[in-house]
Amino acid sequence: MKARVHVMLKDGVLDPQGEAVRHALATLGFAGVEAVRQGKVIELDLTATDRASAETEVKAMCEKLLANTVIEKYTVEIA
Amino acid sequence: MKATVITFPGSNCDRDLAVAFEKAGASVTRVWHKDDALPQGTDIVGVPGGFSFGDYLRCGAIAAQSPIARALADHAARGGYVIGICNGFQVLTEMRLLPGVLMRNAGLKFICKPVTLTVETTDSAFTNAATKGQSLTVPVAHHDGNYTIDAEGLARLKAEDRIAFRYVANPNGSMEDIAGVLSENRRVLGMMPHPERALDGTSGGTDGSVIFRSILGAMAAA
Repeated sequence: MKARVHVMLKDGVLDPQGEAVRHALATLGFAGVEAVRQGKVIELDLTATDRASAETEVKAMCEKLLANTVIEKYTVEIA
Repeated sequence: MKATVITFPGSNCDRDLAVAFEKAGASVTRVWHKDDALPQGTDIVGVPGGFSFGDYLRCGAIAAQSPIARALADHAARGGYVIGICNGFQVLTEMRLLPGVLMRNAGLKFICKPVTLTVETTDSAFTNAATKGQSLTVPVAHHDGNYTIDAEGLARLKAEDRIAFRYVANPNGSMEDIAGVLSENRRVLGMMPHPERALDGTSGGTDGSVIFRSILGAMAAA
């Protein structure tokens, strides 16, 4: 079973890297990009076969390590 | 005074921090991240600067889960003293021993230069030999020193006099120019600037010494 975790800065937390990417896109002539937010995708290969317990487990991983919930939010996809 | 300095893979200020404690009169033991206990009788633990675990995932995040980090958390819970400098500060926030996080510098550049700090409180074991408002010139060397905390947390830090140092000219976008903060019991300090690199007049000045003198004084009085 595979899990994919998306980690993004919470809304309202300034993202200096995203802002730099937005500027670079404008420099390249891509007009009309109003905002860029940059995050992470983390893929996990799991031995679990039960979807619900895998999701619970991965959420615990997010809380403990994969995301810093002070400034980041996460979503978990099980595939 | 018994000081213990932790080394993680990628720490690079561990030796300087050990020398700083020795210069202040401490006996220093160095421990490795895989050790699961601190030496008996440790008064203060130093969490050094560097790039622990290559800054993978987030600065300090992997170090915060290492075996020695559990021993460090127990030490702090017992009321033990801890100083985390630069990457050490990042480790302490990842361990939630200190509130807030250190985000990427607002200007996105790695900054390596001397900065001037103001001592904001002398009510701590780390600053009691200084005077309130005193200026210290100490180097910074970081990519992620932009201190960020929610409004409620910031209000608490201010109300409880837990902002230890502020930058005179903010180099990294840090909220309220914060360069260092104290824990609720005032026994854990995290700071981005490197006082251990400002102890020798021939390289970088001696303004960092007041922090180590404070620590020694506090331990001697305890």
